[in-house]
Amino acid sequence: MKKDIIISGVGGQGIVSMAAIIGTAALESGLNLKQSEVHGMSQRGGDVLSNLRYSDKPIASDLIPEGKADMIISIEPLEALRHLPRLSMEGWIITNTIPFNNIENYPDIDGIISEVRKIPNHILVDADTIAKDLNARRSTNVIILGAASEHLGFELAVLENAIIKLFEKKGSKVIDQNITAFYKGRELAHS
Amino acid sequence: MEKHLLMGDEAIAQAAIDAGISGVYAYPGTPSTEITEYIQKSEEAKEKNIRSSWATNEKTAMEGALGMSYAGKRSMVCMKHVGLNVAADAFVNSAITGANGGLVVVVADDPSMHSSQNEQDSRFFGKFAMIPVLEPHHQQEAYDMVHYAFDLSEVLKTPVLLRITTRLAHSRAGVAPRLITREQNELRLPEKLTQFVLLPSIARENYKTLIHNQEHFKKAALESGYNSYLKGNDKSLGIIATGIAYNYLQENYPNQEIPYPVLKIGQYPVPNEMLQEIYDECDELIVFEEGYPLIEEALRGSLNIGKNIKGRMDGTLAFDGELNPVKVGKALGFPEPEKRPLPDIVVPRPPALCAGCPHIDSYKAINEVIAKHYSKGRVFADIGCYTLGALPPYSAINTCVDMGASITMAKGAADAGLVPAIAVIGDSTFTHSGITGLIDAVNDGSNVTVFILDNDTTAMTGGQNSAAVGNRLEDIVRGVGVAEEHIRVIRPLKKFHEENIQVIEEELNYPGVSVIIPRRECIVVLDQRMRRKFKDKTQ
Repeated sequence: MKKDIIISGVGGQGIVSMAAIIGTAALESGLNLKQSEVHGMSQRGGDVLSNLRYSDKPIASDLIPEGKADMIISIEPLEALRHLPRLSMEGWIITNTIPFNNIENYPDIDGIISEVRKIPNHILVDADTIAKDLNARRSTNVIILGAASEHLGFELAVLENAIIKLFEKKGSKVIDQNITAFYKGRELAHS
Repeated sequence: MEKHLLMGDEAIAQAAIDAGISGVYAYPGTPSTEITEYIQKSEEAKEKNIRSSWATNEKTAMEGALGMSYAGKRSMVCMKHVGLNVAADAFVNSAITGANGGLVVVVADDPSMHSSQNEQDSRFFGKFAMIPVLEPHHQQEAYDMVHYAFDLSEVLKTPVLLRITTRLAHSRAGVAPRLITREQNELRLPEKLTQFVLLPSIARENYKTLIHNQEHFKKAALESGYNSYLKGNDKSLGIIATGIAYNYLQENYPNQEIPYPVLKIGQYPVPNEMLQEIYDECDELIVFEEGYPLIEEALRGSLNIGKNIKGRMDGTLAFDGELNPVKVGKALGFPEPEKRPLPDIVVPRPPALCAGCPHIDSYKAINEVIAKHYSKGRVFADIGCYTLGALPPYSAINTCVDMGASITMAKGAADAGLVPAIAVIGDSTFTHSGITGLIDAVNDGSNVTVFILDNDTTAMTGGQNSAAVGNRLEDIVRGVGVAEEHIRVIRPLKKFHEENIQVIEEELNYPGVSVIIPRRECIVVLDQRMRRKFKDKTQ
């Protein structure tokens, strides 16, 4: 088992939390893990990227080579496309459809979505609307995680435990919200 | 043994706690900040009474650490690569004094300049100071090397440089800490109480000792195990890989042995016999180094009349930028993986000042006054969030060079006749390196107006405490001799815009040194503070 995953979005969208959930699941499964991200300048509303790798064999590089990622999971559609050269030709692209528009020249969203649709293996989820419906606006990232869950190589219980572990300190209400969000995302990936 | 998921920075911090440090000294700087933050947040470090609060700049940090070493205790000092320029005087001379208690200098380089002004390679600084340098290739090795570095420092009585880069600093992996940790040292002064007195007569002796020690440093690099020669059958090529570059090399041979001989480097000075062995055995060599070509340059020599040496200097690899698995693979002749092009629709999303940031109001006011009365090109800025004022829609600043350069460059430009000249500097950068420049301006009566943007924090690196905020800033400005009536505190808010414009106009009109302090808390720090307050109330 070996997965190379690019997680992308804009600073503050919960990329680090998403990486932490998948990372915990990998560690609990006894796998090797490397997870890198860029801090600093990129936190000020710029694009954020995390390289997440797990494997039952030792992992050499902290960075995923271009053209080798199994998956791009993105909380923002433009950011999903930004890392397309990193995706393998058979890879999956799983992204939120709702833009985070903090730049003047944000491209036409329909154009972005049609670029995503050109990738044979794609999952598009309107996570912002679902999050609003669930009254869990901060759970957009977990909805996207749910949509990607089938391709992560973990039993559902392992991912569920990892979510519980991450939100443990925030109380049962936040945990329940996120578990619901996770399963909603998973369900939508199939529809 | 249980493994913890730690960033490279965190692994180094935990190792320092386990190795028995009594203090860590640092000024925040990406990608090194999390080392000190980890120690500041560690319960274990609190119980052990390890000092860890932020220093005013890298030089004071380096000197603090050296003082602790003088007193016989172990200390660590951490900074980003350009911070070592600031600390250079103390750093280079610490090689001449030598250490007493173990002294480890951690420097995080930033090749590809993710958050920096250059991509200087600190291994050259280590070579320049003639001290041992360690360069880990993964998080566990970083942890282990810290222990080794403190031992080496105490046995050979030398400061040791631990050099990491962004990808190791900010990447997490499983790390197994040691079960047996070390106690802190007792207070113990140097055997020779003149060891740290760098009078020429003493410094000459100490320098001879340092020169003599080079052989010991090389011997240590031969015996530590951090440099190793891995045999390979295909001797048409020999590979030298340092630090994290070794990972990218390995990545190109998944589940299989590398066919060529490999010299893996993690400790400097590199013993000549190790280089000689791989040079003699192989037809040609390729060198993978994350940073400048240190080993490559040494092997080629000025005349380049020996065997073919490939690397950054002959164009096999680009001279600039960090390495990655694909660059290394290409240099080894592997085909590039098939990939999709970046769609044309993708536009950059540069970092920007946050909505509600006080700097926005300051820049709007400064821009308006300049447009009304003066020509463009007279705003000298500094390093911090407010450097983002260089980008549209503000396009408000004309320089950003090094910590503190705003005030001194504005002064120099004013000396040349560009009046009025404006300096823009943050509160933390001002205490870091702005005060001395302000004294120069006062002594010369230069026609400069200095804006100290006081947002009550070191915002760019994530909101660390500043050395001086609030009234202390006015005290400092007054203390260095700026006239009371030309120290103006304003509130950078939309509702005070007209009022602020007037203050700025008045001070730009004054043909001497003025200091304007726009004061409002960083919006991110305010937001975090409010959330904590809300949480405390609801719990």
